[in-house]
Amino acid sequence: MIAIVDYGAGNIFSVKNALDYLGFESGLVSDCDSIKAADAVILPGVGAFPAAMKMLEQSGLIGTIKEEASKKPFLGICLGMQLIFEKGYEFGECDGLGLIGGSVRKMDETELIIPHMGWNKLEKLNDCPLLENVGDDEYVYFVHSYKAHCSDSDIAAYCEYGGRVPALVYDGKYVFGAQFHPEKSGETGLKILKSFGGLI
Amino acid sequence: MLAKRIIPCLDVRNGKVVKGVNFEGIRDVGDPVECAEEYNRQGADEIVFYDITASFEGRGVFLDVVRETAKKVFVPLTVGGGIKTVDDIRETLRAGADKVSVNSQAVKNPQLIKDGADIFGSQCICVGIDAKKIADHKWTVYINGGRVDMKLDLIDWVHQIEQLGAGEICLNSIDADGTKNGFDIEMLKAVCNNCNIPVIASGGAGKIDDFSEVFEKTGATAALAASLFHFRELTVQQVKEYCRNRGVIVR
Repeated sequence: MIAIVDYGAGNIFSVKNALDYLGFESGLVSDCDSIKAADAVILPGVGAFPAAMKMLEQSGLIGTIKEEASKKPFLGICLGMQLIFEKGYEFGECDGLGLIGGSVRKMDETELIIPHMGWNKLEKLNDCPLLENVGDDEYVYFVHSYKAHCSDSDIAAYCEYGGRVPALVYDGKYVFGAQFHPEKSGETGLKILKSFGGLI
Repeated sequence: MLAKRIIPCLDVRNGKVVKGVNFEGIRDVGDPVECAEEYNRQGADEIVFYDITASFEGRGVFLDVVRETAKKVFVPLTVGGGIKTVDDIRETLRAGADKVSVNSQAVKNPQLIKDGADIFGSQCICVGIDAKKIADHKWTVYINGGRVDMKLDLIDWVHQIEQLGAGEICLNSIDADGTKNGFDIEMLKAVCNNCNIPVIASGGAGKIDDFSEVFEKTGATAALAASLFHFRELTVQQVKEYCRNRGVIVR
């Protein structure tokens, strides 16, 4: 069972719909025991970094998420990916989950149309099990205004938008983070989710 | 690099796809879920559903269409029409929409843009604008399907929308809509030069090079069309191939 963490942020039904379509058993969960019992965890999310961390904290989920992400496949999507890092700088500094080293900062508004909205090409940087079936010319759907700053060694794939934007991060063990929305990225996104489900 | 988006729009009334010409003379064709699946197969980058139903019962049928589509089509879905309150936005997103498009109500109550962006995030608040030229480089905003002139300057409205936290603008030219003479390049240029959020070009697409033209001449990041795709005069795939051959980056 894949636990989709429901902490009141974002369109979680899209993730559930995609997993249903692929034939993976999944459920929307909001308590520690369900996360512990699951075979894999997905942390979705749209909205603001501090608000999301606050909601996770109020739900008492932070400790469990940190612990379980070291034991079973864990995928953060969009804001859920940003929360993986140590710090966020949206309306001031805010601690993240700290599963991967790095921070999340606003993209350059003076040079770019913000949000970064639409389909952008995945450029592979490091091996990652979620990209095994993804070719060299595939696009995924992004919508975000902040981006991760982290070590190249944690970046499985990036895209170009006013410089490199970490698209898929991977700690080499269980923690994955997708800045794009695999559940909204057509066939390519479904392949990525299928690979994630296949890790169970 | 970020690809330019090609977006087919489906006007839906009582659970069926329709398409108006200059907002009048509506014909009733097709099942919206099937149409969305077909557009997805053709490579549509997003799909827009526009609810033109006026009744409460019709709204329920419409949201069922969104719900069914979201189970089968895994590209972003934008839903417009009839959204008046934060609760309407919530209900629409919960049905499976990724973005809502607010138009008339946003003009009547701009706070809706701010509240929607604060609660659900800017990324899901698209503001639709119907505008019409009144003088050289001057346009005003209309509401209620292009029937009521609000005497509101287009560029002033665009600035206000961006300030309020909208994530995207869908700009429809009343002058170009239904003419098939191409997108309103002059108006799109003016809007793109005056804001820093993505702009979808809408209204006027009639032939394949209208799409490459709008991307070559304006800062629009997406182009929307309804009848052209609905009546299969062109497929999304054909448009993308043509754009790609002209050097426009598409998925």
